[in-house]
Amino acid sequence: MNMSHETWIDIGPLADIPREGGRVVKTRAGCVAVFRAADDAVFALDDRCPHKGGPLSEGIVHGHSVTCPLHAWVFDMGTGTAQGADVGQVGTYPVRVEGGRVLLEAGRLMQGRAA
Amino acid sequence: MMAEKLVIIGAGMASGRMLEHLFEQAPGRYDVTLFNAEPRGNYNRIMLSPVLSGEKTYADIVTHDADWYAAQGVDCRFGEPVVKIDRERKVVYSAQGGVPYDRLVIATGSAPFIIPVPGKDLPGVCAYRDLEDTHAMIAAAKPGAKAVVIGGGLLGLEAAAGMQLRGAEVTVIHLMGHLMERQLDPAAGYLLQKTLEARGITVHCKGATKAILGKDRVEAVLLEDGTVYGADLVCMAVGIRPETRLANDAHLEVNRGIVVNDQLQTSDPSVFAIGECVEHDKQLFGLVAPLYDQAKVLAATLADQPAVFRPVQTATKLKVTGCDLFSAGDFAEGPGREDIVFRDPGRGIYKRLILEGERLIGAVMYGDTADGSWFFGLIKDGTDVTEMRDTLIFGPGFAGGAKADPMAAVAALPPEAEICGCNGVCKGKIVSAIEVGANTLDLVRASTKASASCGTCTGLVEQVLAVTLGDSFVMSAAQPMCKCTDHTHEDVRRLIKAQGLKSIPAVMQELGWKTVGGCASCRPALNYYLLADWPLEYRDDRQARFVNERNHANIQKDGTYSVVPRMWGGVTTPAELRAIADAADKYAVPMVKVTGGQRIDLLGVKKEDLPAIWADLNDAGMVSGHAYSKGLRTVKTCVGSEFCRFGTQDSTGLGIKLEKLLWGSWTPAKVKLAVSGCPRNCAEATCKDVGVVCVDSGYQISVAGAAGMDVKETELLCTVATEEEAMEVIAAFVQLYRENSRYLHRIYKWVAKVGLDWCKAQVVADLENRRALADRFELSQSVYRRDPWAEHAQRPADWAPMMDLTREAAE
Repeated sequence: MNMSHETWIDIGPLADIPREGGRVVKTRAGCVAVFRAADDAVFALDDRCPHKGGPLSEGIVHGHSVTCPLHAWVFDMGTGTAQGADVGQVGTYPVRVEGGRVLLEAGRLMQGRAA
Repeated sequence: MMAEKLVIIGAGMASGRMLEHLFEQAPGRYDVTLFNAEPRGNYNRIMLSPVLSGEKTYADIVTHDADWYAAQGVDCRFGEPVVKIDRERKVVYSAQGGVPYDRLVIATGSAPFIIPVPGKDLPGVCAYRDLEDTHAMIAAAKPGAKAVVIGGGLLGLEAAAGMQLRGAEVTVIHLMGHLMERQLDPAAGYLLQKTLEARGITVHCKGATKAILGKDRVEAVLLEDGTVYGADLVCMAVGIRPETRLANDAHLEVNRGIVVNDQLQTSDPSVFAIGECVEHDKQLFGLVAPLYDQAKVLAATLADQPAVFRPVQTATKLKVTGCDLFSAGDFAEGPGREDIVFRDPGRGIYKRLILEGERLIGAVMYGDTADGSWFFGLIKDGTDVTEMRDTLIFGPGFAGGAKADPMAAVAALPPEAEICGCNGVCKGKIVSAIEVGANTLDLVRASTKASASCGTCTGLVEQVLAVTLGDSFVMSAAQPMCKCTDHTHEDVRRLIKAQGLKSIPAVMQELGWKTVGGCASCRPALNYYLLADWPLEYRDDRQARFVNERNHANIQKDGTYSVVPRMWGGVTTPAELRAIADAADKYAVPMVKVTGGQRIDLLGVKKEDLPAIWADLNDAGMVSGHAYSKGLRTVKTCVGSEFCRFGTQDSTGLGIKLEKLLWGSWTPAKVKLAVSGCPRNCAEATCKDVGVVCVDSGYQISVAGAAGMDVKETELLCTVATEEEAMEVIAAFVQLYRENSRYLHRIYKWVAKVGLDWCKAQVVADLENRRALADRFELSQSVYRRDPWAEHAQRPADWAPMMDLTREAAE
């Protein structure tokens, strides 16, 4: 198995993710939250807040940040880093839009190991 | 040497410019044959908009006339579409026969995208691409005629403005949340919409076209949301796609466009392509600047000179007189990117610069675009802007200047300098007011009106106070709504109504928000204020809602949800109980619990099961209990006079009526009611937001109780004789709360602020006002008194994971 090998998977049309919202992709390594910002930028993060495991995919998206629905930790969706006074980090995955379809780089996720 | 044969398919702006360069660089090198499907030569297509609006004529925009082609010896085949390219024999065919080539240039441009809706082929539906379309619109856009433009991008808006100038009544339907979303962010899109609406153009954003209606020709456009706009003409301007059919048929490499290398050469070395039909480095081109660069490179290539095409940054300006907007570079937010935002609501100005590291990478401006080309220069050159960052947004006039001390700047202002633009208040007037005793912001506001309207000059007024009073001035301690704004909740509510702000971008622009898209604290609050104040005009924005309200279920600590069907007044039936039991079995609900609000809670339901479980419950006649919402929760009742030997009135019946009156309404925080049938108060009505205690003579309505973090007994609002009066008073009181409280304040907190006496004056003493409040509540309920699951249960796919990769085989 080659770790540098990239596996881009078409996870569906961009229109399936609401603007300023998120959807979930289930993987063997856990759920991944895929977000679409107001400007149509897309992001993919582990769908698990490091604080108490909240589903980030259900958070309110503002700018390029998302606020966890359970206890309002705020994460920069580009880097996965917690903002403000909270300290924490969630994993991020390469994701892009091509011809209106969302492509997720799932090489790491498809190996079935916890990321 | 014999001249080589060059055939060009398409006489558009790119091939026209290319020919100019070619004849200059290699005169006589080629015998040129120029095919064009349109029965004419090259004209300046981007100037069709002034032709449409009547500001120019076709003759003004012709770039190459018959004399020019003749002088260059070009064999013009205008009005003769090419039907086939035979690459093996190197022959191009039209209906009239074949023309051989040594080298071929494909310049077929782009085709308008026609959305596949019923009625798209009706007479009266056109695109906006060429002179024929323009003439069709000119013919239709007579004074009083109705025109609908589908698509609020660059082209659509120019079409709309042009037809409007000719006297037509124009409506623009746009799928996205704001106009020109590829070039503008929501704030600038909002300002543009405002300008267009002020000119009389109707703009409908978030509008999806369902069908174009008409018998023999277009009559109207129907949207998915049921809106119908009458139309004598429909212009579809939703986008373009490269015209690649000939290249496809000839088996050239085509992705979205015809693939070319840096020399504009296709996968066949003798075939070149240029313009909107090409794809270079995965990129398509729609603006004229890169096409002209391509023309230069292709001319050089055809003259056997070395040349390389490198796409450059482009800037956009809208050619609509009076709409001053500019956008350049990359204005998306991103990691490591920072924004500098400047808003001047009074003058309708918005500027946003996007920085990455020490460089400017994008700019969006509306209202004042004078510095656009300067910013564009900084973007293209990758200039290090660190030194001028503090004053960058003010343009080249200030760039690199010394850091300004705001206090010194205010101190230096002359007395006649205007501080408050809305109310025309100058510094001298404020200073005079301070000198006669107005030593706080509120007093200055009260006596001069300065900063009393839009409030953006509040900081300046405070600085004038500080400069005038010295150390004796204490800055006001009013808590702003959140870090995105200096305004308090109360100010925002007041200004939304006073200024007629009807969308989140409108509030953020007009009230000078300091962030681009708000935060998780202000977005839900603004969404509530807007839907409470404009029940018919504003649409609830699901994405601005906290998870429970977005998903119409309560999220639990493990990410599952709870499901609580409504039981009107706490009364149920065997059939409902059976349906609940069946649902609990079918979806393997881990816990079934009786709630404190007299209903049943199904805990631990998976998100993807929510639509199905609700479809089952809906089938049994049950609707959402809104056990998750900032809205009406339950009306708890005791059994009352129907069964109880102490009951004085039908408390259960009144509870059911109240619940049916109030359900589905959104409120600043949750609202719980109870109705007790006698003063023994078995329904615990005296610790609710609104409680009714029945007595022999009628109904005691008390409000502002609490039994949560705080425990507080209700206070008597009034006693009324009939159920009808009780219901009207309660509807009016809830509406008073909806219209006046700040978001997330329960009724007891709000009443503590405004005073119970004020509430009594509004809904008890003033009968006319009571009725008006109840009427406004009913108007809002005409939109919101409905089961959210009736709609959501229809779309289960939206609730499931977007994709399940656990089922895919690992590599």
